[in-house]
Amino acid sequence: MTVAAKHTKALSARGVAVIGRLNASYLAFLALLIVIACITPSILEPAGFMNFLRRGAPLAVVASGQLFVIVVGGFDLSVGSLITLTVMGSALLINNDPGKTWWVIATMYGIGLLAGLINGLVVTYLKVPSIIATLGALLSIKGLALAWSGGSPQGYLPDNFRQFGRLTLHDVPGLGVLPLAVIVLVVVVAVFTWLLHRTNFGRLALVVGDNAAAAALAGVPVRQIRILAFVLSALSAVTAGILLGGFSGVSTDAGDGFELQSIAAAVLGGAKLLGGRGSVPGVVSGALSLTALFTLLNLLGLPKPLRDAVQGLILIAAAAYSVRRQEWSG
Amino acid sequence: MTDVAVAAVRRRSRESMTVAPLLIVSSLLAYCAAAAATGQAAQISVDGFIGVLQRSVALGIVALGQTMAILVGSIDLSVAMLVSVAAVMASWWMQGDPRMMLPASMLVLVLATAVGIANGLLVTKLRVNALIATLAMGLILQGILSASFNNFAGSVPVDFQVIAYGTIGKLPFSVLFMLVLTGILGLILSRTRFGAHVYATGGNLEGARLAGIKTERIIIAAHVLSSLGAAITGLYLASRLRSGAPWVGRDGVYDLESIAVVVIGGTMLAGGRGGVWGTIAGVILFGSLDAIFTMIGVDAFLKQVLRGVIVVAAVAAYAFRSKGQGA
Repeated sequence: MTVAAKHTKALSARGVAVIGRLNASYLAFLALLIVIACITPSILEPAGFMNFLRRGAPLAVVASGQLFVIVVGGFDLSVGSLITLTVMGSALLINNDPGKTWWVIATMYGIGLLAGLINGLVVTYLKVPSIIATLGALLSIKGLALAWSGGSPQGYLPDNFRQFGRLTLHDVPGLGVLPLAVIVLVVVVAVFTWLLHRTNFGRLALVVGDNAAAAALAGVPVRQIRILAFVLSALSAVTAGILLGGFSGVSTDAGDGFELQSIAAAVLGGAKLLGGRGSVPGVVSGALSLTALFTLLNLLGLPKPLRDAVQGLILIAAAAYSVRRQEWSG
Repeated sequence: MTDVAVAAVRRRSRESMTVAPLLIVSSLLAYCAAAAATGQAAQISVDGFIGVLQRSVALGIVALGQTMAILVGSIDLSVAMLVSVAAVMASWWMQGDPRMMLPASMLVLVLATAVGIANGLLVTKLRVNALIATLAMGLILQGILSASFNNFAGSVPVDFQVIAYGTIGKLPFSVLFMLVLTGILGLILSRTRFGAHVYATGGNLEGARLAGIKTERIIIAAHVLSSLGAAITGLYLASRLRSGAPWVGRDGVYDLESIAVVVIGGTMLAGGRGGVWGTIAGVILFGSLDAIFTMIGVDAFLKQVLRGVIVVAAVAAYAFRSKGQGA
């Protein structure tokens, strides 16, 4: 069994435990899968399911990062433009020279780190509400991406960059096929699950989101924790950008919609807006549910605009349900 | 309403009154400085100033409505899509027929009222977080609109274009309308029972409810006003562009920019403090900045970068001194 498969197994064991605590997104995901399987049974075959996971990977990665910001009580609206900047900037910097791929990826993570740090510092030290701070970052980062490229997609991504989104390993024992993007997803989810649920940082992040003033009085380094949350969110956006550049190539709207979809995925996955509660496996399940929903609406032949409308309805239902659930559980 | 309550309201709205003139004067000074520095002294004139105001009208009216939503402690992210819906439906229903001007405009306003009530009910009765509720409402509106229309739909009659192009002397109707609307909303906020209840609801929801204020109705009313602002901007854009297209609202980024100018104008995002004159000052700041960037010849994309930075810097200028942790 590969390391990745072990992680998957550990996660599903955790997942079962969380279902016991009424996380509806697992049930929603299962229900959607069953409905899709009735239309195209191939999704339940290993190859079909792996392909589904590969398509869902970027959103699941961004949503897991976004979760940290939500858990500490904020929003990160800049992830979408950071994805766009990653895709367009990588293509410009690599300039079709496969030899540059690795340092370009490193540079992109450097830019992500910087963007996350700036978001975090603006929110914690300048006390700008995170909606406004990351909204400003959204405008600025997208503007930078467009100014840098002159407003249209420039350059190409070489194969060794695109492999993260495109490459599929064949003849993997036990699974048959295994896309590289799924391995990336599993690693990110495993690391984030460990960070949020198994480390002091994770516990303190939940405490900060629950009651920042009390956490500060108790000696929690509230600012550092918040800054780290924004950094994690930005780094996950860069990761998603690398995956997306792999399967869909260079475009100026590569990351459009991810800011809101990632927040929606987090809400679906049981995270509490304005902080204090959330689980990484739940959010991943929320993200995969959204991906399954889009797949289903696509299969049903609904035009993309109507998919947006349905996404809106689902969001309202999920948010209303989550309010009720908090009341039921006291 | 007791004298104490009136005094409290006066005090709260006065805070933004001190911000407003300062912002307006400094934006206009920056505008003049930029005009002088780039050798475009002709821009320093009544016409130049009115031009800045006229380019701010669309954002201004949306932002006035947004101010109401934010004052009650809510927020409205559906405005951009509602602007598109209003612009498209107005021109679709008119189809260039002057007799349809009034019925179509009325229908648009009724539609907006319904959207505002829906937003308000989602926030108050279903207790959905306002960000999520209005964001989702925006997605629903955009989805239905883009599925039905994918280009300029219908047209508005020549008479309807008076809204955007008509003037009294040098002053365009649209600018006058924005200023009068600001005055009316300002008076409602500072002199009426409804205004006092708006501040009370935004300042302390539970306290206001215990004091016997029907907070749910106040929040729904604020959302209706916000939706009406968006619809009026939609009508104005249909008049200016001679037709409505499903992207006019999204292209204007009215959702985010309206929130930005409200906050720049000194209204607290948490609600309960601020006012419409501050918002207009924020709108004038944005309008002047746009004019300045154009005069200096800043590249369109760089302009976007600078806008982002300025929004954050302007909010930071207030927030920095505030106590507490923020989020």
